[in-house]
Amino acid sequence: MSQSTPAEAPVSTTAERQAVTSQAGATPGRDWVIVTRGIKREYDMGGEIVRALRGVDLAIRRNEYVAIMGPSGSGKSTLMNIVGCLDTPSGGEYWLNGTLVSSMKDDELARIRNKEIGFVFQTFNLLPRATALHNVELPLVYAGMSAKQRRETAANALDRVQLTSRMQHKPNELSGGQRQRVAIARALVNNPSILLADEPTGNLDSATSQEIMKVFESLADQGQTVIMVTHEADIAAHARRVVALHDGQVSSDTRREHFVTVNEQVIEAKKG
Amino acid sequence: MLFFEAIRLALSTIRAQKLKSFFTLLGVCIGVMFLIAVVSIVEGMGRYMEQDLIGKLIGVNSFELRHRPNINLGDVDPSVFAEYRRRPRLYHDDIAPVVDALPPGTRWAVVSDNSLRISSRYSSGPRNAQISAVDGDYFAIRKFTIVDGREFTPQELAMGTPVVIIGQDVVKRLFSGLTAVGRELRMGGLPYTVIGVLEAQGSAIGISFDNQVFAPWQSPVHRLMNSVPNIIDAIIIQVPSAGQMTETQERVRQVMRARHKLRPAQPDNFTMQTSESALAFWNKIKRYLVLAGIALPAIGLVVGAIVIMNIMLVAVAERTREIGIRKALGARRADILTQFLIEAATLSTVGAALGVALGIGLAKLIAAVSPLPASVAPWSIVVGVALGAGVGIVSGVYPASRASMLDPIAALRQE
Repeated sequence: MSQSTPAEAPVSTTAERQAVTSQAGATPGRDWVIVTRGIKREYDMGGEIVRALRGVDLAIRRNEYVAIMGPSGSGKSTLMNIVGCLDTPSGGEYWLNGTLVSSMKDDELARIRNKEIGFVFQTFNLLPRATALHNVELPLVYAGMSAKQRRETAANALDRVQLTSRMQHKPNELSGGQRQRVAIARALVNNPSILLADEPTGNLDSATSQEIMKVFESLADQGQTVIMVTHEADIAAHARRVVALHDGQVSSDTRREHFVTVNEQVIEAKKG
Repeated sequence: MLFFEAIRLALSTIRAQKLKSFFTLLGVCIGVMFLIAVVSIVEGMGRYMEQDLIGKLIGVNSFELRHRPNINLGDVDPSVFAEYRRRPRLYHDDIAPVVDALPPGTRWAVVSDNSLRISSRYSSGPRNAQISAVDGDYFAIRKFTIVDGREFTPQELAMGTPVVIIGQDVVKRLFSGLTAVGRELRMGGLPYTVIGVLEAQGSAIGISFDNQVFAPWQSPVHRLMNSVPNIIDAIIIQVPSAGQMTETQERVRQVMRARHKLRPAQPDNFTMQTSESALAFWNKIKRYLVLAGIALPAIGLVVGAIVIMNIMLVAVAERTREIGIRKALGARRADILTQFLIEAATLSTVGAALGVALGIGLAKLIAAVSPLPASVAPWSIVVGVALGAGVGIVSGVYPASRASMLDPIAALRQE
């Protein structure tokens, strides 16, 4: 992104800094979608122990729009995998919707991923040979929904991202932005507790990035809990809260009353 | 249902990669094809043996008294043959005592046969034909139907009138384009009048049952049947029901043992051959043929299984990312396992179905171009398809379990 980064300004001027440990008192319950306590993740890389996460305490309320930031190697991907129930921590506890998921087995985690989490990936991760509609239907297949109901629900989800006219197209017949919107429709189709986006604009040009960020924004406005992992400050600037990771620990946790909306960003860019 | 979803997915994979799928199922296809073809041929031969050949040679509920068996399937020990050669022949004088011993309602017939040259004024040169000198209820026991003319009268049989009943081939060869009944043919230098024509009997393994001529045993022709004029080849006895077979055979045995002056310790020096005894050996060969028919294609199926396993392993490697995506979206291990198992099973079942079709085709082709008969056994189709599905499942287990064990994070990261 070569444009000036208007995101820098609001972060430094209007950000309301909070103590890193302020979330530690959160109890797993109805208000808190995510509560983690002392999450550790260690990998054994040929005898050498790599500590990707060294005790992360994080609490996220329902309807929050959170960006997790950090340079590569900070552990943000590892944290996202654990939050997304693709991985389990080596130590610590993780409650999702009041349920302790950190000690769950594979198949239980698969069920949680299916019902509670909607993934949006940098590389879209659509099945290349399936139509947009069938891609969106996939989570419903594993939820055990009947074929007819599945098609209706998936068509509705595609309608929400304005892709009704592209339902029967395969991914290679869609633009990058359209592919990511299909992925968002797929992530939302099971009404998950969390929409978990990993660098969702990483493979998109800036105009398309804006378009996708607008979708996230409107979802957040509708009350969807959104967690986005990114290393781009101007993307993180859209979130209402930014959690920064450094060396496997939370280095800052910032809540903002002022955050950048896509429209503002466009105006800023024109001025610049 | 996930099951149908998986089948749909498998079929779309086959459609998307036609050539690769074709080579994948080739092994199973060929294995099943030969299974069906071989079993069909063996079944066809069996049916032919049971219903046509032996059924035609020896009728239902009947047995033939002969000095030795005339149908010898398989190898007979040379010492047994030597004993056969020492046996006394049956003579015309044996007929009356045997017939006297039969229970009421039993039919009997006498037959001697030989291959002779016959000729007529209406054809060029003599032709070879199978000549039978018969007496008794021969045509009734054999269920021969006269389509033109009539049967021998009792007077003709008793007097040995020179009349003949001929088969369709004889009509074609000696009386081409003419009505045979009423015309003359010559055997052993003497004229015989045709009084009847048999309906077509068909042929088996290249032997026509229509190139036959029947004459009363008492007619001069019986002198041409054997070196000694009074020898007869067989007395055919047909009992009214299967339950009377054993008792009737026992009566005939006693008469013959007495006539041959056998002591109690001596074995019979004559044979009473039934269709079952003639079939016994065939049934023995058939078991081995069916076994070979299953064992040889089984090698093809093993090769097919290895190919499918290989291709499925490649498919799992190629589709690692897809597996990662599915897992991220909530697929459990069992879902992934089922998906790949069903894919392998569908592939090989499609191969097996193709194999069944080709096998039936091959069997029919062999039946059409060679004298071997073919009859497709329904059980072989079921076994073929089931075997195909089984091969797919067995060879899919390892690749599918590898797919299901993949770590979703690593799988998603794969390019």
